[in-house]
Amino acid sequence: MNLKTLGVAALALATTSTLAFAQARDTIQVAGSSTVLPFASIVAEEFGNAFPAFNTPVVGSGGTGGGFRQFCEGVGPNTIDIANASRPISAAEIATCNTNGVNQILEVQFGFDGIVFATSTSQGDFALTPLHVFKALAAQVPVDGVWVANPYTNWNQIDPALPDQAITLVIPASNHGTREVFQTRVIDAGCHEVGGAEAQCTTFRTDGRVVEISGDYTETLARLQSAPAAVGVFGLSFYEENRDTLKVASVSGIVPTLETVADGTYPVSRPLYFYVKGEHIGVIPGIAEFVTYFLSDEMAGPGGFLQDAGLIPEPDDVRAAALAGFEARTVVAPR
Amino acid sequence: MADVALAPSPAPDAPRTRSADLIARSLSRRRRAEVRFRAYGLAAVIAAIAFVVFLFWTILQSGLPAFFQAAMTVEVTLDPAVIDVGPRPVRADFPNEAAFAAADLAWQTALAGKNFGSLIERAVNAVLATPASSRDIRAIYASNERFRLRDMVAADPGLIGRTIPFTLVASADVDVWFKGNIDRSLPENQQQLTLAQQQITDAMIADGTMKSVFASWIFTNVDSRSSPATAGLAGAFMGSLFMMLVVIALSVPIGVAGAIYLEEFAPKNRITDLIEVNINNLAAVPSIVFGLLGAAVFINAMHLPLSAPIVGGLVLSLMTLPTIIIATRGVLRAVPPSIREAATGLGASRVQVVFHHVLPLVIPGILTATIIGVAQALGETAPLLLVGMSAFVANIPTGLFDQSTALPVQLFLWQGNENRNFFEPRTSAAIIVLLGLMILLNALAIFLRQRFQTRW
Repeated sequence: MNLKTLGVAALALATTSTLAFAQARDTIQVAGSSTVLPFASIVAEEFGNAFPAFNTPVVGSGGTGGGFRQFCEGVGPNTIDIANASRPISAAEIATCNTNGVNQILEVQFGFDGIVFATSTSQGDFALTPLHVFKALAAQVPVDGVWVANPYTNWNQIDPALPDQAITLVIPASNHGTREVFQTRVIDAGCHEVGGAEAQCTTFRTDGRVVEISGDYTETLARLQSAPAAVGVFGLSFYEENRDTLKVASVSGIVPTLETVADGTYPVSRPLYFYVKGEHIGVIPGIAEFVTYFLSDEMAGPGGFLQDAGLIPEPDDVRAAALAGFEARTVVAPR
Repeated sequence: MADVALAPSPAPDAPRTRSADLIARSLSRRRRAEVRFRAYGLAAVIAAIAFVVFLFWTILQSGLPAFFQAAMTVEVTLDPAVIDVGPRPVRADFPNEAAFAAADLAWQTALAGKNFGSLIERAVNAVLATPASSRDIRAIYASNERFRLRDMVAADPGLIGRTIPFTLVASADVDVWFKGNIDRSLPENQQQLTLAQQQITDAMIADGTMKSVFASWIFTNVDSRSSPATAGLAGAFMGSLFMMLVVIALSVPIGVAGAIYLEEFAPKNRITDLIEVNINNLAAVPSIVFGLLGAAVFINAMHLPLSAPIVGGLVLSLMTLPTIIIATRGVLRAVPPSIREAATGLGASRVQVVFHHVLPLVIPGILTATIIGVAQALGETAPLLLVGMSAFVANIPTGLFDQSTALPVQLFLWQGNENRNFFEPRTSAAIIVLLGLMILLNALAIFLRQRFQTRW
């Protein structure tokens, strides 16, 4: 009977599926930060092409936090080998990892990313400071020394030098690693300048002038297209790819460029990392080669492939130190 | 009408005229109501068609140009001084398969280390009036083209030393400039191409080196991040195909068997009623819920690999099962009792009645239900994101356990790519491919129904 053979086939399929997880994996599996994803994907693709002996690594997203969660699930072929991150791993995450048997967490810092404020090209020029941004989005701001509910509706009320435009800020939601950098480098900086307390620094206005985006930067861009007066927060590499529609704001007088972020004069930048599971080196083929290739001059070096894609490269000696740390299998210390 | 009957008695001298009047008036009111209703219906249909036409028009308008891309034909000299790594090992020279495989891999690795980019650079410089910098030339062509050149040499080492015409796919930024998808009047600091690169491109367009060619690689290449201009749908297509195989292999036999049991054999009692209600409810469960379930059961509990078509297929099977059960029960119910009675009267057992007489009659119906269920599963995205199928995969999957992505997920990934000017049309092109597949599947379902349907 036709049906009988189909049934047998289905049963066979179900059996193989339950058996197969025992088999070893021969493809490196990476997941994590969506900021690092484009860079990791490019390296993965070039790695697969340059090393015929290894498969092309698979790069998933899921955000920095999601990547660490998968990374710390344990050791074995059905857990990922490398977690991409746009912030350092936290002590709590290291503790989770250790509980689940992941003890060799190797940290590799491979470059920098700038965070920029950008508007639609049709809008006025913004020269922002952390204090401007804080005053634009905090729930409470000091006016004449007294903390009151945020009265500002237009940028030029905060500072007459800013354009006469209604305040709308499109910022990344807290699932993004970008948000943490935005909070510490911009909001906290502005908040501490006027002596704000912890709660005053982290409570944002809720009258619809601050929009949190949990998706990627294309969603932020779409917001700016539908509400042209809005100011959006983007990664420098995203801005670089869309310079025809976006105009960038200076922060504290510094215009973000590859140079100003690389030399540290632009204040809102952060290092990018990936974390390697030491237990998997030698078990999943190609991990050590992949890391070495990632840090090579051709990829993460100045003038390399990743710089063309928007990464701000580290100086040669810093990359050499990162590689040496990896090769010595230096386990990351909680901080 | 009740109002008329209950109305207070009219003046005694004019009862007939009055009711005739009422009827005449209500008649014209009823006619008007009918005309209005028809107009509403027609307007609704026209509005629906207008939306569909608008949707297709926008997608086709933005997506069709993406099937043609800028490419330049240059003469590449495969200089042995740059790329020769000796003859490729042959099996006969080695005692066993393993030794041969190792030698062949070493040969491939040696070839991979050669600088094919410099050959392309020379070839491009040959067609330019003034030589350009390496950086500018690298910005002009899609970087994966150097691997395509290498693969050509690996497949036919006899090419080494010869000069061959090679059609280089232009980079994404050049393609955007070529098609005018970026405002050419913008100043250099708002452009993706530098002034020098713009001049090189324009010169190549002017002398006919750079032309628009059909982008067949959309169908034959896998996704690419380092060389977006050559990104294609082949990997996603194979991933979707493997998932659909799993869906068909699992949900058709289980679904049909379940439907036959429930419809033909199960006693009609509270338990079967409960099962029926549950199946109907399952069909209405949002697909993301199946994704969450799949992630918890197949990945966390059963430890199946992430991003594998087997997991995606299992999740989609769960989703397709109720659709197939409901549709199959429908067609079974439509078989007239006379067929069953006649077979029973001739001495057939219940199993024989079902499998010899009823089932053959409903196979076209089951086929249609399957195709529609599969078409639905093919377009499903949300549950796949939860089982890790949104990863960047640059290999064509060769089995159920290989990492892969799926067509609708590929769409989602391209939609989120940061190079908006290039990927917006590219996403529409992928939509066209996906819609084309859907229309094909649905047309097949209609054809089979028309061709094989039995009417009673």
